[in-house]
Formats: sequence, C-alpha cells, structure tokens
Amino acid sequence: MNLRSLLSLLGPFLALLVVYTIFGLLDARFFSPVVTMNILTQTVIVGTAAIGMTLIIISGGIDLSVGSMIALTGVFCAWLVSLGVDPTLIFLATIAFGAFCGACNGGLSVGLKLLPFIVTLGTMQVFRGLAKVTTNGTPINLPTNVTAWKPWMQGSGVPYGVWLMLVLVIFFTWMLRSTRFGRHIYAVGSNEQTAVLCGLAVPRIKILVYTIGGAMAGLAAIMNMAKSSQGDPTTAMGLELDVIAAVVIGGASLSGGVGSVVGALVGALLMTTIRSGCSMMQIPSAWTEVITGAIIVVAVIIDRIRHRKG
Amino acid sequence: MSSPNIIPRLRMQGIRKVFGPTIALGKVDLEVLPGEVHALIGENGAGKSTLMKVLSGAHAPDAGEMFLDGQVYLPKTPLEARRLGVGMIYQELSIVPHLTVEENIVLGMEPTHGPLIDRKTMRARAEEALSHFQHVDLHPQALAGGLSVSAQQLIEIGRSLAMGCRLLVFDEPTSSLAQKDIEQLFALIDRLRDRGISIIYISHFLEEIKRLASRLTILRDGSAIATRDVATTEANEIVSLMVGRSVEDLYPRSTRQAGETILSVKNLAGIAKPQDVSLEVRRGEVIGIAGLVGSGRSEFLRTLFGLDPVKSGEVTIQQQSATNTTPAARWQQGMGMLSENRKEEGLALNLSIADNITLSSLHRLGRAGVVSLRRMNENAQHWIEKLGIKCQGPTQAIGALSGGNQQKAALARLLEHDVEILLLDEPTRGIDIAAKARLYEAIDEIVTHPENPRAVIVISSYLPELFGICDRIAVMSRGILTQAKPIADITPEDVMRVATGKIEPADF
Repeated sequence: MNLRSLLSLLGPFLALLVVYTIFGLLDARFFSPVVTMNILTQTVIVGTAAIGMTLIIISGGIDLSVGSMIALTGVFCAWLVSLGVDPTLIFLATIAFGAFCGACNGGLSVGLKLLPFIVTLGTMQVFRGLAKVTTNGTPINLPTNVTAWKPWMQGSGVPYGVWLMLVLVIFFTWMLRSTRFGRHIYAVGSNEQTAVLCGLAVPRIKILVYTIGGAMAGLAAIMNMAKSSQGDPTTAMGLELDVIAAVVIGGASLSGGVGSVVGALVGALLMTTIRSGCSMMQIPSAWTEVITGAIIVVAVIIDRIRHRKG
Repeated sequence: MSSPNIIPRLRMQGIRKVFGPTIALGKVDLEVLPGEVHALIGENGAGKSTLMKVLSGAHAPDAGEMFLDGQVYLPKTPLEARRLGVGMIYQELSIVPHLTVEENIVLGMEPTHGPLIDRKTMRARAEEALSHFQHVDLHPQALAGGLSVSAQQLIEIGRSLAMGCRLLVFDEPTSSLAQKDIEQLFALIDRLRDRGISIIYISHFLEEIKRLASRLTILRDGSAIATRDVATTEANEIVSLMVGRSVEDLYPRSTRQAGETILSVKNLAGIAKPQDVSLEVRRGEVIGIAGLVGSGRSEFLRTLFGLDPVKSGEVTIQQQSATNTTPAARWQQGMGMLSENRKEEGLALNLSIADNITLSSLHRLGRAGVVSLRRMNENAQHWIEKLGIKCQGPTQAIGALSGGNQQKAALARLLEHDVEILLLDEPTRGIDIAAKARLYEAIDEIVTHPENPRAVIVISSYLPELFGICDRIAVMSRGILTQAKPIADITPEDVMRVATGKIEPADF
C-alpha cells in the first residue's frame, strides 16, 4: 500500500480512535471487552453491506436498494429456515438470491443505459414491496428450537459474523489491489471512456460489481436475521444511507475511482461507536443523529481538502 | 523600443512567478503602447497564461513591477484589475447564461438606487457598451445563454468596455468562432485600437498575428525571448524563437525501411464519417492523416479501432480479415490507440501512472487474474525512465503530471502493450516543446526498431509536424481520405488545398 492511500485511511482511523478514546475517558465501561465486542458485532450488518457498496461506488455507481434488499433476502432466508432447510444450503441460497437482486440492478442500469441512482431508487421500492407482499407485512419468526444461527451474531465469545466480516474485508482489499478485476473496477470508475479505449469489458465489470454488492447484502441479511431471530420485511429501513455514509467516511469518492474496503469498515465502526457511546452516555437519539450527520459532512470536507492538495 | 515621449499603456518589469519547484515566469518584461495591438506568442507552458494571470490580478507576482499609464499597477483580484482598466477575454467565456445581455454586461458593478438595481442606468451603460458592435443578436434584454458563441464573446468585451478598460487581453479568441465571426472580431479589434484601446492578443496562429498586431513578444520557458515588429519578421524566425531550436533538430529521422503490409483498409465507412477510406500501412512507416478538425480524421481512427461502428468496408490486419471489432479485440490483434482527448478519454486521472500504463495489459502481470503490483510498478518505472516522464514515481496519480508527461504515459500504454500498429490522434496537442521532441524521438524509434519495426498512423492539425515525422501523408476531406503520398512528392500547400476543399480528394 502506498503512502497516499495509507494517509487517506489515516483520517477516518484517527477519527475512530479519537471518538473511542473520548467516550472511554467519559465512561470507563466503554473500554470493556463486552462493549468493544458489542460495537464490532453491531457493525457487522452495515460493515458487510458496505464492502459491496465500496466496490459499487469505486466503479462510479451507487446502490440505494441495499436496505430493501436486506429486508427481502432476510425474509427469504427466514422462510427457508422455517421450512427446515439445511443451514449451509440456506446460506448459499440467500447469498445467491442477493446476488440475483444485485445483478438485476446492474443489468438494468447497464442494459438500458439508465443512471444507477434512478434504477436503484426504483428497485428500493420494488424489493421492499415484495418483502411486504410475500409476508403480508408481518415478520417471519425463527422457530425457537433452531439454534444454528445464534453464534453468528449472539452468544459468548467473538460471534462468527465478526470474523466473517474481517475475512471479507481482507479478501476484498486484496482483490481490489491485486487482481485484474479489482484494478478494472477502479479504472471504470475513474474514467469509463478510458476503460473502453483500453478494451476493458465495462458492462460485464459493472454488472459483476452490482452482483457482488447484492451477494454482500444477502450475507448482511443472514446476519440481520441471526441477530433478531426473524425475517422482518420492514427491517433495515434507511440502512442504505448508513452504508453509503460508511463508504464515504472511509475515503471513497461518489464520483468513482477512489475508495477502500478497510476505509469503509472504519467508517462503519465510527458510526457504531458514536451510536453506542451516545446511548451509553444517555444522549438523546436525536442528538446522536446530529453528531453522526456532522461527522459525515466533516469527512467529506476533509476529503475535499485532501484532494485539493493532491 | 519605446520612444521617450510616449508613456506606455502597460509596462511589466522583471515579473517573476514561482509555483513550488516550477519557475513559471523567470524575469519577464513586456511593454504595450497606447492604441497598440501587441501579440503574445509561445508554446503551451511557455508562461503566457501565468503572465496574463499576473496582469489580471489572479496571481500576485513574486517579484517585479507593473505600471498602467505610468501609474503603479498592482491589482489583487480580477475585478480590481478591471476597475483599474485591464479586461480579460478568456477562451472559455464567463457569461451567466440565465441573465440577460445587459445584466451580464454590468455584472458585479450594477448601478443601484439603495438596495435596488437602477435599471435605467444599467440599460444606458449596456447600450453604450454595445454600441461598439454591430451584431444582430445582441438585444440588451435577450438571455445570454441563448446566444451564439460569438455574441457571447461580445458580451464579455462589452463588460470590459462598460467598465472603461484601456487594455484588453484576448486569449485565443478565435478558437471557438466560425470564419465569418472571426472577420467581425478582427474588424472590432481594429476599431477598438483606433479608439486608443490597447490590446494584448494571444494566439497560436501567425496569420492572425500578421493581420492584427504591430508588434509581438515571444515567450519561451517563462522568459520573454524577443519583441519584434510584425511587419519585418519572418514566420520561420518566429517559429525558431518559439521552439528554441531549428526545425531539423526537432524532428529526428533515422533511416526508415518500409517492410510488409501490416494493415489494409478498403473503402471503410462509418455511420456519418468517415465515408470512404482506403489505406495500406506497412511496417516501419509513419503515415500522417492531415485535414481540418471535423473532416472525419478522428472518426476514421475510432471506427478502425472499434470505438465507432463500421457501416461498410474491409479491414485486414496481418493478412487476417478483421473488419467488425471491439477495442478489446483490436488490442489483442496488436493495435493500440491514443485518444485526442487525453483528459476525457485517454487517461484515468485519479489513478496512478502505473495503473494507466498497464491498464490494457494487466493480464501479462500475473496468473489467474492476480496482478503483481511489484511487476506493475517495475514495468511503469521502465517507461518512466525510457520516455523521461517527470514524476515522483509510478504510484503517483497521473492527474498531477503536466500535459506533456501525461501524454508520454499515454504513449507508454501502447508501448507496454507492445502493439504492432499505433494509432495516434493529435499526440502532441497542448504539450510543451520538450515533451513533443521526446514523443517524436519515441515515434522514430518505434518504426525503426531493428527486430520489430512497428507501424504508426498519426493525426495532426499541425502540418510542419506531419511533414517532420511522417513518411507518407494522406488528407481527409469531408469524410473521404486521399491516397497517402510520400512527403517528398507533396507540399503543405497541396495538403491545405485538399483539406479546404479547393481540390477534390480524388485529384490529390
């Protein structure tokens, strides 16, 4: 990793450290393993979805439907659980279903040459609506005797979901950095015309990126279900904004070509830390929103300044 | 030069401007007399725009003095410069499209009654300023955005006149104008000069300077090299002064040996342009495509490269039929293209130099889709050294480089991919003379490579360049390409006659 990208990671990382330390100094409980683990666990859903979103944003796209996608695939997943399907199969099927939803987003925007903002604004409603239609608007609760999903997000020790998220962050960091596909994602986002000129398969790259984004949403949906023990069609409302914010705080540019998965994870951690800290300090949730929003704006301003220098 | 009795309108003395490690202006002197049209010429990067930014108050000089009509002149902002009497007419027009002509003219100095705009005075001032022009579109209440480019330019000029400017700077004013508008602009400049307004006229076109200016000053590498009377100065002398070396040294030419035919194009036509292109290209040759902008030159290369669709015709590469295609297939067939739009199409500006150089050939840098970053940087470093790309290293963002170094990296992509046929669309546009010389050397090396001489097709609007580097030249006119003739058999005048439609392409 070169100095420049290291520096761009340093900003959000420092912010995370500062916020964490401030809360810790205000209340020593904050430094306890339980709270720290809690922060990590609560980051899993946004963090996992943010991995996919990072790829999409680097490629110059956006996915507003990710929250709805988590609801729809989560409902699907809970339904499979209630049918008693094998957990491994459920895992794969849910991810595949998410990937399919993502491929729809990518296929529509590439095939019909529509702006991804508009396409995913539409599919955001479609996915959410489908989740409600198929469940009549009521959550599917997991049978109480099913325990296979608990250790993913609950229980003692480090939940599997946290490990999975960390492994994925490492994998996708490597993929973006060191594979042809990864370099191509940056190239498409940085300058699509150059990518065409250089003979890159731009439509395929874009559709793949949305497909991966969908798969990550499917994974996030499994974690969401494991956490709440249900498939709720109204879950993850507005989560897409948290996910996008995490990616942007992590140094990505909405105009494409810039961004990192580690940064997105740090961004997601930063937001969870603020929320946990505020709730521990018993700061009203309205103020938490104000603080989180301010952090996003500051992150974007810092990004501007950094780019002006560069 | 100046006679002692006349106080010059503008005197710039020992102007120096440094940006970090770059000396943009060394120690520039410039003097413009009242009622004089003074041309300022020089290659891109010679310091013209920096000098004019100092003059207009956009940059503060690091050293030096300026006097306007004998008074010390040191504007801090462009607005203050205009108030003091110096107006700039930029290439990119700065009009506000949603305001009217008169509102645009008084913009920033609106006459007011208390908090309200004094419409009557505004109108009077605008009409006074507009009275200099006879332009049909220029109704004071028309929306500026709906007007032609030439009318918008007049608004800019009017804005400066309404403020009482005594010195106007025109920065390549004809670059976006049609021929008849250019004539009108020249007539206007003559009239302004006759009224005692001084004009600094920046242009690449020596004909325009001959037509308008009485004196010219040549800038090179941040210094004012010479000031001459236009009437008594030869065009060749001006060019030599601009580039700082004689024309022969600029275009290296090793012994060229044309080999077997590598590319054959028969009656190629695209959707609108080109209409009919036939061309045989052999190894070891540089083929030049001349013609006016819009004649279909770029469209020919784009169609050939698979960026635009082929309507009819045939393309054969190394004896293989390869008419319908995509850019990806062309790269595989050993053809690479350098786009004329370096920033919009040629390069991914916020990616690194190494990324840009290796973008089309990442598959060679590792197995199974994995890319070795070490090899990527090593290969980029090789080209950085070979082509003399001035940078901090292969991982620096390419957007931070100068145009000339960006262009070297764009060419390096084709060399890194090791293509056999190089399509270069305006490879030297907007880059400095040193980088141009380096590119010419690289092109010469490519076609005279002892083991594997490549073929190059190059588009250029600059005829001396084409005659300097090419072996054969073909001319594009209204979508039709002439046969390619050896440069010994044709003259620049022949080329211009075809390009401008005075001779049919078939008769070339």
